[in-house]
Amino acid sequence: MLGKTAGGLFWMFRYLERVENSARLLDAGFRIALTRSKSAPDEWASVLTTTGMKQAYCQKHDQFTAEKVIEFLLCDADNPASIISVTKLARDNARLVRTALTREVWEATNECWMTLKALLKPPLRQQELPDILDTIRQQTALVRGATGGTMLRNDGYNFMRLGTFIERADNTARILDVKYYLLLPSIANVGSSLDNAQWETILRSVSAHRSYRWLNGDDISPMGIADYLILNRQMPRSLAFCYNKIDDNLGYLESEYGERVSASQMVDDLCEELINQPIENIFEDGLHEYLLRFIDANNALASQIESDFRFQQ
Amino acid sequence: MYDEMFGSDDTLRSAYCDYKTWLDGEDKHRLTRKSEEAEAFFRKTGITFNVYGQEDADERLIPFDIVPRVITAPEWRKLSQGIEQRVRAINAFLYDIYHRQEILRAGRVPKELIANNIAFLPQMIGVSPPGGIYTHIIGTDIVRTGDNEFYVLEDNARTPSGVSYMLENRETMIQMFPELFSRIAVQEVSNYPQKLRRSLAACAPPQCTGKPVVAVLTPGIHNSAYFEHSFLADHMGAELVEGHDLRVQNGRIAMRTTRGYQPIDVLYRRIDDDYLDPMNFKPESLLGVPGILDVYRSGGITIANAPGTGIADDKALYSYMPEIVEFYTGEKPLLNNVPTWRCSEADQLQYVLEHLAELVVKEVHGSGGYGMLVGPAASKAEVEAFRAKLKDDPGNYIAQPTLALSTVPIFTEKGLAPRHVDLRPFVLVSPNSIDITPGGLTRVAMTEGSLVVNSSQGGGTKDTWVLEE
Repeated sequence: MLGKTAGGLFWMFRYLERVENSARLLDAGFRIALTRSKSAPDEWASVLTTTGMKQAYCQKHDQFTAEKVIEFLLCDADNPASIISVTKLARDNARLVRTALTREVWEATNECWMTLKALLKPPLRQQELPDILDTIRQQTALVRGATGGTMLRNDGYNFMRLGTFIERADNTARILDVKYYLLLPSIANVGSSLDNAQWETILRSVSAHRSYRWLNGDDISPMGIADYLILNRQMPRSLAFCYNKIDDNLGYLESEYGERVSASQMVDDLCEELINQPIENIFEDGLHEYLLRFIDANNALASQIESDFRFQQ
Repeated sequence: MYDEMFGSDDTLRSAYCDYKTWLDGEDKHRLTRKSEEAEAFFRKTGITFNVYGQEDADERLIPFDIVPRVITAPEWRKLSQGIEQRVRAINAFLYDIYHRQEILRAGRVPKELIANNIAFLPQMIGVSPPGGIYTHIIGTDIVRTGDNEFYVLEDNARTPSGVSYMLENRETMIQMFPELFSRIAVQEVSNYPQKLRRSLAACAPPQCTGKPVVAVLTPGIHNSAYFEHSFLADHMGAELVEGHDLRVQNGRIAMRTTRGYQPIDVLYRRIDDDYLDPMNFKPESLLGVPGILDVYRSGGITIANAPGTGIADDKALYSYMPEIVEFYTGEKPLLNNVPTWRCSEADQLQYVLEHLAELVVKEVHGSGGYGMLVGPAASKAEVEAFRAKLKDDPGNYIAQPTLALSTVPIFTEKGLAPRHVDLRPFVLVSPNSIDITPGGLTRVAMTEGSLVVNSSQGGGTKDTWVLEE
């Protein structure tokens, strides 16, 4: 497989994952902003921080209002990280690697782009948002479904999966980091339970608010939530889950290519250092510091994969 | 005016009998709906093309018409014999022109026409391409003016495009009207990609060991024909590469894979000669591979089509095609050449200037319907503006009479309506055979009365049927 093609598949799925994550994040932000109009601006600001777009937003707008934030994150073509821009990037990469995709995957991706392009046209009204976000999630799910149902399980597929899980791990870590202060044990909330709406936002932004309750009943503690999103191996958006998959995908490439690359060693190191430990240790060393270290290590792994498999010249 | 479906007094021609019977039994509203469905189908599959200079509409659809163009088996036999003869002559001409130049010595083609021609590549002199083939792929543009009158408009011996539309048009028709194909026996086109791969592999270079590795070279996703490049690579099972994926390594051209550089044997390139090799041609080109021509000359790679084939479809040379065919095949040409005035010659220029409003004037190196004058369709001011350009640089132009292109009906809300068409059959040349896919791409001028069929100028396409014997 061409290095460029491997890179195109990797990025196509990173971008698709990013689209889906942004939609989820917006959904969670929207819900809390609706129910608590007083803290709404803060909520929108933190959504922007999580997506890494706060600075860019502030250069263009001076207030965090629902309309402006929604427009900026969904359909602002000048914003390279808006859902419409990222969807276009995903589709451009799909065109680039068209020969490595089945017709079904290409058509689902193309359809996703055409649907979102028609849908995400400013001005968007707030009340349309739930439907729009639903459609976005549906469209990305269709691509994932077509991928699962039709792609050969070859090296190309594994590059797609690597892109997916690197992006997802990054996203989960960012969500936690933006809200980490809510999870810190502090005098104010000793003995009291967490602010209900706030923890729901965190779980909702990774689509885990129901599954968490199934697993933990009403025992909602900061450590419980952090443990769930970082170390739980069943939760498909947790850091541990993502790295378990990344390890599998690199393992496949190792046996297929008959060569162990540096990235594999990095994954081992990262798991040893950041994943295989109890949640108590993480809190002891500082959740924020932990998450920053994780995000850096995850980025470094992405670059290593890029050079190990010759995505670029 | 010759219509291919209806003769004089609206009598139905035999080619269309079965189709017309089916059509008459169809509900008009269903057909209208199908016609709209076709567009959605094309958009979904991503069969779009980019129009240069139109940034907003960067991906446009070529309009598709649901009425097929039908050619009978005997008509096709005649046509394909003529094309084969011409293609044979073109390859012999290219070999000759880059070797002993017998045809120039014999005085059948003027020397200056070659020596001063930018499409002639001195770098190719004395080079023999692997398998002896220069033009692995040719798309001969043909127009019809009467029952048995076919003219070759252009030979397209460089990198002819449009074959993906031929294939997708058929695919779309089968999806929309499966019953038609069980009622009427139409010759297959779908195995074109396999045949293309086979004929490319048959020309592997001397240094190829084992099964030839084939790749398609594209300028990238922003090229107007990118869809076709990826389509062909995908259907052939070949890698789709760009210049920056390639480099020279150990005297071969190698592509950067996830496991390091691996040699390529046959490169089906979809970029022009000029951009192929910045070391040998345009130094500023970022699309090509530095040094590829040297690898080619030493037998390390096959480039299809070979560099320098443009000299064979040069418009200035076009008027000599009958001589060229006769010179190399010893036979009279089976297909007509359109009478052509060479503006480089004073007396012919004089004639052209006097009859400008009746003629079609083309740039010698132009393509895509750009930079041409269609006299009868142009306004007085346009004709005068063109006259000035022509006088300025007469050697850059040729002129031809406006042919009465045949028409084939298209489907409109008001029923069938005749529109002008041309035809581009696709020819594959390998050392052992010349293969012409039955039919080809029919382009249709969607506007009533228009003669311009180019997709960049609003032309559409139709499925093209060659009936079984």
